[in-house]
Amino acid sequence: MLKKLWNWLDNRTGITEAITPLAKHPVPPDAKWFYVFGSATLFAFILQVITGVALTLIYQPTSETAYESLRYISNQMPLGSVLRGIHFWGASAMILLVGIHLIRVYLMAAYKYPREMSWISGSILLVLTVAMGFTGQLLRWDANGVWSAIVGAEQAGRIPFFGKGLAYFLMAGESLGGATLSRFFSFHVFLIPALIFGLIGLHLWLVLRNGISEPPKARRPVNPSTYRTWYDTMLKEKGVPFWPDAAWRDMMFGIIVVSAILVLAVFSGPPSIGAPPNPADINANLRPDWYLLWIFALFALMPRDIESFAIAFSPVIIGIIMIFLPVIYYKGERSPLLRPWSIVIVLFIVTMVTVFWIQGVKSSWSPAFSSRPLPAKVIGNVSQEAKSGAGLFYRKACIYCHMVSGYGGRRGPDLTYAGEKLTPDQLTIKIVNGGGNMPAFGPSLSGKELNDLVNFLGTRKH
Amino acid sequence: MEKEKIDRRSFLIRILWGASGIVAAAASVPMAGALLEPLFRKYPVAWRVVGKTDDFVVGQTVLVKFRSNSALPWTGVTSQTAAWLRRVSKDQFIAFSVNCTHLGCPVRWIQDAEMFMCPCHGGVYNKDGSYAAGPPPHDLPHYPVRIAGGQVEIQAVPVPITKI
Repeated sequence: MLKKLWNWLDNRTGITEAITPLAKHPVPPDAKWFYVFGSATLFAFILQVITGVALTLIYQPTSETAYESLRYISNQMPLGSVLRGIHFWGASAMILLVGIHLIRVYLMAAYKYPREMSWISGSILLVLTVAMGFTGQLLRWDANGVWSAIVGAEQAGRIPFFGKGLAYFLMAGESLGGATLSRFFSFHVFLIPALIFGLIGLHLWLVLRNGISEPPKARRPVNPSTYRTWYDTMLKEKGVPFWPDAAWRDMMFGIIVVSAILVLAVFSGPPSIGAPPNPADINANLRPDWYLLWIFALFALMPRDIESFAIAFSPVIIGIIMIFLPVIYYKGERSPLLRPWSIVIVLFIVTMVTVFWIQGVKSSWSPAFSSRPLPAKVIGNVSQEAKSGAGLFYRKACIYCHMVSGYGGRRGPDLTYAGEKLTPDQLTIKIVNGGGNMPAFGPSLSGKELNDLVNFLGTRKH
Repeated sequence: MEKEKIDRRSFLIRILWGASGIVAAAASVPMAGALLEPLFRKYPVAWRVVGKTDDFVVGQTVLVKFRSNSALPWTGVTSQTAAWLRRVSKDQFIAFSVNCTHLGCPVRWIQDAEMFMCPCHGGVYNKDGSYAAGPPPHDLPHYPVRIAGGQVEIQAVPVPITKI
């Protein structure tokens, strides 16, 4: 009965007729586990669309009500927290998988003739994926969300000539207002996804048109004048049908990825929602989501003189490199073994991102505002002046940046043994004048206070 | 005869293409208008009362909250903005932006250290708002502030955007 119904439907719609050639089209036989990251990104994206639509069923995209609606989803709605968790970890997975997919394609030089447009459309998809991550984090519309809007606008503001206009364009006003969230909601839910849908369509069409790139072999360079003929002959001789010979791996890896997302969503959950979205509440401790932490660290650690230029121009430079890479290097060797620089570049970028990411997790440059006064056991049995100095170490905010016996911030040097490393005179000069990344504290300290502080630091010895 | 027929058709097709373009462009104008509305909106020059003059102690720096100039009727709590206000003398006030010139994060006034510090990347400003340490490229901007009828008023100005 069901079979009959299906036959009728298939006859009238032509589903099998349309799908079969796509599913059975021949692909290179040795395209194996390296080739699963693109499809896994697509699966994660589909998951994002589904959970995203589900979230909009409850989420209120207005600056006044978004926060409460998200709290409702997280705390009261059945499985609401899991839903948010899937959307968050799905986003994380997309960013990670897009990155791995990019590295794979770059190392195997799959961007060479005739697949230049696959690379270029993929590059745009990468930018759009990051834009989705940023706008999505903002839609949480807690303190972190509203300040993300300002931080994003400030970055755009560095662009010469129309930066200021772009900043107010993003904020939907000269400051945050009733249209800010609506704007980012529209970007995140309609505009960017529309572009992503279109570009995924193109990206997939190009796979069908140009075929899956065969795994590279050393000393088998791409020659544009003969490549297509060679590729077609190779497929005729050795090609295997995409479904199921190649696609089972995509399916299996997709199942693993989606399962991992579900497990993380259930057991780790979504990021917590912070303080209400009040831009006048200045006690926010702002951090981007984990996948942007390395950029957050870059902003803290870049030399001050070049930073504004880097913010303004590095996206342009990276964009130019991405677009022109396949246009300039469209032929020749594809094997990473004969393109050692590609390995060096990938290792360099991955190392840099990891190093900055670890710095971002630590965020040692942020003043430790939550510090408490040094406990008596740390201060020890010292003179009255030194005790007073220990109090000043906290009150004058030294502790925000300097650590003593495990208490305090990490911006400046650890002062646990300051009394051994610097003489009282050196300590005085450093405190009064500052230097490097330390502000001058001379103006805010009386003679006695300075004396007490130096006295206290002098007692910091083994 | 045959040739003329084709020319007539291609001519008409061209007209159709042109008309399609004009219609599509015309329909896009309001869309572009909505997208660019924030750039064309008239922002009021708004002086906001932040308290009675006598509420502020000479020498102290306090956070004052007021409505931003971009608030719309339905904005809710997001319409709030803030400034650091210091009473310098009996009739002199100074107001600092809360937005760090690095990336706009909210700076905190640390009373005892007499400095502004930023939580994001560790920017520090001196008591007078001048640059002291960390990544900020400029001094902390001042907001216009005045005394009118025994009350302190701050002008709700745009979020300062740091230029290159």
